[in-house]
Amino acid sequence: MPSLKVLSKKEDLLSSGHRLCPGCAASIIVRQVFLASEKPVVVACATGCLEVATTIYPFTAWKTPFIHCAFENAASTLSGAEAAYRSLKRQDRIDKEVNFIALGGDGGTYDIGIQALSGAMERGHNLLYICYDNEAYMNTGIQRSSASPRGAATTTSPVGRAVPEGKQKERKDLTQIMAAHNSPYVAQASPGYYNDLMKKVEKALSVQGPTFINILSPCPRGWRYDPSQTIEIAKLAVLTGFWPLYEVENGKYRITYKPKKKRKPFREWLKSQGRFKHLLKEENREIVEQLEKRVQEKEKALYALAGEEFS
Amino acid sequence: MGKIVGLTGDETAAEVMRQINPDVLAAYPITPQTETVQRFSEFVADGEVSTEMVRVESEHSAMSACIGAAAAGARAMTATSANGLALMWEIVYIAASCRLPITMFVVNRALSAPINIHCDHSDSMGARDSGWIQIYSENCQEIYDNIIQAVHIGEDKEVLLPVMVTCDGFIISHCTERVELLEDEKVRDFVGKYKNSYPLLDVDSPVTYGPLDLFDYYFEHKRQQIEAMEKVPQIIQKVGEEFGKLSGRTYSLMEEYKTEDADLIVVAAGSTAGTVKTAVEELREEGVKAGLLKIRVFRPFPVVKICQVLREAKAVAVLDRSVSFGAQGGPIFLEVRSALFEEEKRLPVVDYIYGLGGRDISIEQIKGVYRNLQKIADMGKVKKLVDCVGLRE
Repeated sequence: MPSLKVLSKKEDLLSSGHRLCPGCAASIIVRQVFLASEKPVVVACATGCLEVATTIYPFTAWKTPFIHCAFENAASTLSGAEAAYRSLKRQDRIDKEVNFIALGGDGGTYDIGIQALSGAMERGHNLLYICYDNEAYMNTGIQRSSASPRGAATTTSPVGRAVPEGKQKERKDLTQIMAAHNSPYVAQASPGYYNDLMKKVEKALSVQGPTFINILSPCPRGWRYDPSQTIEIAKLAVLTGFWPLYEVENGKYRITYKPKKKRKPFREWLKSQGRFKHLLKEENREIVEQLEKRVQEKEKALYALAGEEFS
Repeated sequence: MGKIVGLTGDETAAEVMRQINPDVLAAYPITPQTETVQRFSEFVADGEVSTEMVRVESEHSAMSACIGAAAAGARAMTATSANGLALMWEIVYIAASCRLPITMFVVNRALSAPINIHCDHSDSMGARDSGWIQIYSENCQEIYDNIIQAVHIGEDKEVLLPVMVTCDGFIISHCTERVELLEDEKVRDFVGKYKNSYPLLDVDSPVTYGPLDLFDYYFEHKRQQIEAMEKVPQIIQKVGEEFGKLSGRTYSLMEEYKTEDADLIVVAAGSTAGTVKTAVEELREEGVKAGLLKIRVFRPFPVVKICQVLREAKAVAVLDRSVSFGAQGGPIFLEVRSALFEEEKRLPVVDYIYGLGGRDISIEQIKGVYRNLQKIADMGKVKKLVDCVGLRE
């Protein structure tokens, strides 16, 4: 990867002036992703915060080809563009080398768009799908998604007298689902570790076939924290074991960052965000214990898949 | 020289798609369209086309991939039926609104529920407000001719709209008929190469497709779509004539069959038009001045031409193979009757819903429609505005 000095001179393909919230990780993620691409990028984006805040007609923040079709079909829309590219290239009607990148939030990826994504992965299109996972439907006002973690308060999984814990179900593990598609490269990343994230993007773009990176995207509005803390929170997710950084390359698992001595107690993750505030009450102690146990179990299972000892 | 072959409707569509050789074809199989996709897959497997075929996991993704492909700068095609069209509904509208000239072969089939695989027009009629041009085919030859013309019509710079070419499920899609094929080169010359003026793949001049467009511009963009549609009739006419020079088969917005001196005119679309023609011939022998107005283009609806043809008739019956629940009649009836509203002479127009879920309609039943029309013409009044033909009471 080029040095920060070199990277800082590279043109931003997502220009400033877009209308994402202060502290939104989505634009940080997109810029890190773009910096890791050497070839020009063609983007398909699902409906969501990123799309609506960057393309308010007659303005666009995208200095690279961009298509938005609908909420659930970024993967299939980009499949078509990529198929067109192969067809036109074969006919000598275009000559440029490009990278195809789909961008979708967790709603457009985990939920309504999973069919289109699964289809595109199986068909083997040469594209990278990036999920910026902010763990709820933020664009429509913080409703729960299948990526919302258990215990999170959202507007459709609120904390109430009958349901004191907020969301009652565990989140879907999409990275594992994507790994099960036998893609040549699947990874999980965090913008708190830009080096790791960009290396993963580089790797994904260097292989033939469909690749997927799930990137945790802290959301100050939905997670209820101060916008200045986005990167700290993105790091905390990794250090507490909530969001392990790993990759699956041709089926081989590798933990790409091990917190070891820097590891922080899981409760700090909960304490850092207003969406978990209710969990810190005494009556929810048991739920917190269960959550902590699950996070550890999952992380250990991941280390086992990578053939690594958990520490 | 071209050649004369026997092909089913589905095979005809696949054959003409092979000749057109689109850059991308994205489709999902559904009865009764399946054989088009299967046959085209064989062409791909045998290397007879340079098409990149995307075997999507749903019709929703089929249309999405077509949008991605057409935006990228490729000529894109798909084919579907009924529930498949319904599943891609949202994206069907987006294709038209993004002004992407995709060609879609729709093999008309009844919508669920109850599930039924046979013909009626509820699928494409349901999509009549989606912004697509709609061309209905009577037989296999028309499928062939219409798909070739559709590419040309949709891609015209004045138009830039997607086109649906339909045929009746099973009745035509699975019926072997005589089809005159043009030479491959003639077809390819006629359709030329698609050139998107703002291709997504032009990385040197990046464009943003599908932005957020709120109350300050959305309306104007819709107005542009309306204007594009208004230009379509003359383009269809022009392309129909050019195609006539190429093939000897000239096309217009509709087909008039013995309407010139007709007192009683039936309006129909699809394969039933062929059955009506036989009824007209038999009735003519009996001295009845019967005629047929075949709807070829339903979107845009050729209001002016239709009024010209129907104006002098004494009574008109519309045959609708679909229902607009809660409306005053079927979709074609509503359009025809509305078109005639400005006429000085008030013309009695009735509607017959027929053939839902593939129910057959016979020459005798159509003659019955003409006999009812005769009564209406004689009495000068309509007893029942909307009725059904072939329905078990």
